[in-house]
Amino acid sequence: MRITTARRIAQAFFFLLFAWLCLVAAVGTGWFQWRGWPIRWFLELDPLVAVGTVLTTHSLYPGLAWALGTIVVTILLGRVFCGWICPFGTIHQAAGWIGRHGRRPKLVIDSNQYHPLQRLKYGILAAFLVAAAVPPKLTGLAHLHTGLLDPIPLVQRSFNLVVLPVAGLGSGGGFSGGRFYAESVVIGTVFLGFVLLNFAVPRLFCRFVCPLGALLAILGRAAPFGIKTRKHACTECGACNLNCEGACNPKGPIQVSECLLCMNCFEDCPTSHPIGYGPRPSLAGEITSPGLSRRGFVASVVAGLAVVPLSRLSGSDANNWQAGLVRPPGAVAEDEFLARCIKCGECMRVCPTNVLQPAGFSTGMEVLWTPVLNNRIGTSGCQMDCVACGYACPTGAIRRLTLDEKLGRGESRGAGPIRLGLAAVDRGRCLPWAMGRPCIVCEETCPVSPKAITVEEAQGLSPDGVAVRLQRPVVDPSRCIGCGVCEHECPMNGIRAIRVSADNESRDPAHSILLHHENKS
Amino acid sequence: MKPETSGPDPAPPSRREFLRRAVQAGAGVAVTAALGAWLLDRRPPGTIGRIAAVDARRSFGPKGAGPTLSIITGRARRQMLRRGLAAVGGIERFIARGDRVLIKVNAAFASPAALAATTHPDVAAELVTLCLAAGAASVIVTDNPINDPESCFELTGIGPAVRAAGGRLFVPRADSFHPGTVEGSRLIRDWPVLHSPFAGVTKLIGTAPVKHHHRAGASMTLKNWYGLLGGRRNQFHQDIDGIVSELARMVTPTFVVLDGAQSMMSNGPTGGSLADLKETRTLVVSTDPVAADAYGATLLGKTHRDLPYLAAAAALGAGTVDFESLRPVRAAAEEEG
Repeated sequence: MRITTARRIAQAFFFLLFAWLCLVAAVGTGWFQWRGWPIRWFLELDPLVAVGTVLTTHSLYPGLAWALGTIVVTILLGRVFCGWICPFGTIHQAAGWIGRHGRRPKLVIDSNQYHPLQRLKYGILAAFLVAAAVPPKLTGLAHLHTGLLDPIPLVQRSFNLVVLPVAGLGSGGGFSGGRFYAESVVIGTVFLGFVLLNFAVPRLFCRFVCPLGALLAILGRAAPFGIKTRKHACTECGACNLNCEGACNPKGPIQVSECLLCMNCFEDCPTSHPIGYGPRPSLAGEITSPGLSRRGFVASVVAGLAVVPLSRLSGSDANNWQAGLVRPPGAVAEDEFLARCIKCGECMRVCPTNVLQPAGFSTGMEVLWTPVLNNRIGTSGCQMDCVACGYACPTGAIRRLTLDEKLGRGESRGAGPIRLGLAAVDRGRCLPWAMGRPCIVCEETCPVSPKAITVEEAQGLSPDGVAVRLQRPVVDPSRCIGCGVCEHECPMNGIRAIRVSADNESRDPAHSILLHHENKS
Repeated sequence: MKPETSGPDPAPPSRREFLRRAVQAGAGVAVTAALGAWLLDRRPPGTIGRIAAVDARRSFGPKGAGPTLSIITGRARRQMLRRGLAAVGGIERFIARGDRVLIKVNAAFASPAALAATTHPDVAAELVTLCLAAGAASVIVTDNPINDPESCFELTGIGPAVRAAGGRLFVPRADSFHPGTVEGSRLIRDWPVLHSPFAGVTKLIGTAPVKHHHRAGASMTLKNWYGLLGGRRNQFHQDIDGIVSELARMVTPTFVVLDGAQSMMSNGPTGGSLADLKETRTLVVSTDPVAADAYGATLLGKTHRDLPYLAAAAALGAGTVDFESLRPVRAAAEEEG
């Protein structure tokens, strides 16, 4: 079997596995739904997720130890991950293949020439990592921004929130679609845009943008094994560029950092065995440096240093915290949350009620595409007996809760339930409070026992003067867990008359409105 | 440089180079494994950035017995203060050579001294002067105000007066607070408490004006300790008597000065008009803040029963509401000519 056939099989296998793990990341009764599948696996394999969160938190979340394996393989063999495993890479390769099909070989060869702008990705990586590494003593915890361009979170987010739902595979309830995702147009456009750009330049994302590729390139640039070109047999015909995925100039001197080990150059070389694989260095010369100029590096570092104070400047994780952002159960306090979340969308895909949504641009770049509850979209707020999101989260931005811990019972008795926020009645919109009409759907559907919503009895008058017995809802902040079921059910269909904000959320003691002893009840 | 297209490859330096790279890669793998093992779940989610609470008790009670309460009538605050201190044993009874003194004033609002919503600059400055004269090594004046801190200290006149008297002003910043717990407290648990100005401090003086307060009934020397709290402290207004009494137990001052030269009778605690004030011409010096406030209540036409936090503070061992039992020294200050 030819090596490129083996590579194609590997790519197909990992791509299908990736798509499958996206598909099964759903809680439900369908045979295919989450039954211990390692749905986080591709994210856990991703060294940029591991390195980024280690830089911000100084700790490696256990599942991310898989990334150590990727790092070791890369140190020994180079960018195998990019050429053989990465599902986003496979999509680019396929799109690029379609894009160049039938074009004149001269143009194709030219499009696969090494381009100096390929160094841009090292600058992007440096800026991201410097931003993640700024010591907490200087500015507080750094926010992690790698997830915006890291290919695994990017493709995972795109599949979870756009590709599968658009294909009608979005539902937690079966192959029936029916899921909604805010922000899907932007997320989908970014994804589709990068895929379509392969028609202009093959693997444009991989070559020019990908910060993970840049990280792997640096890790693998001194790999003891790699592509070897024997100069004496080479006629410099350039055919090796015909299908070169990395634009690494195989005929030599090879740009080691750019080589994705696609091995297409083996196939395309018309002479016998000038290009092979083996112990390095390649005899036709090697360029192992990523080539980022000192000026470019300094600019990246400065940009990275500026990112942290810049993204904290809004105060959105301090006094100006956004009470409109209700985080999922088990989410850690906002500063640590933003140090961990990679915006992969796993929690939003797995959430059985669809209540978890990506935050939009209007809430700030620093929280873009992080998970928030939207009780109008969800089928029924956040379900009391569900902790799925924490188990889908690869980085610990959402902790893995037991049900006892979530509900403050059993072994967690005395610690209080996890509160996502607090429901508040808008008395100007509430039917019994403002319009003399009976209702109390919110009280009925409140899942807490005893209920967090009680009623005040009142006597009202209907428009034609008939006395009406009214029950007016009142929220007890010491009982409300902010699940949002009441908000979802409120008959005021547009702007609900009872709405949950993150006030009183238990993940940050500074947001509590309860006195200490009440908090533990 | 144009690469050669024919002829044998140059003699391979490649074996040595390959070995070098192999060793380098091996080292890289070892470092990766070691770092991974060391970092693995070092700080589980939810544990980052959380600082353990320290003991929030602030105990600076005076040593030795002696009169604990003096009630001085007069008009000029400096004289009243000196007379009041003399009546309870003089400043030397409380401040020794080398003491580092912290004075907690009430600088809550950025309003002029004439409105008596804040500690009068004369009282703050005279306390600084007396402490320094008694040999104090340093005198720091602080508060965590409600209005903008810099504006509060400047517009009340406290800042300029303290600096002129040789004291140091401490304007709190975000990092001046540390989570603190008072053992046995229901409310002050893992709560940000003013911390850094207390470093090295050996004596604590509290001073506040007598003011009407809509939620607490009155704001005097005990309510003044509210200014040692940081964070979103206003949630304690849900249990004002609870928090003031627990503050009384948290803080044991060396002595307190309650300034009733004028009392804010209405529209408190901000006031804002001279019409809110009444000349009550009294100043209290006491080692027992509960007794001081119980007396202060009378200046507002109330008794300690109108202020439930006083009895609660007394029950927590912070003092007595029966100020007469302390046999207060009553005197008139000499009026300045």
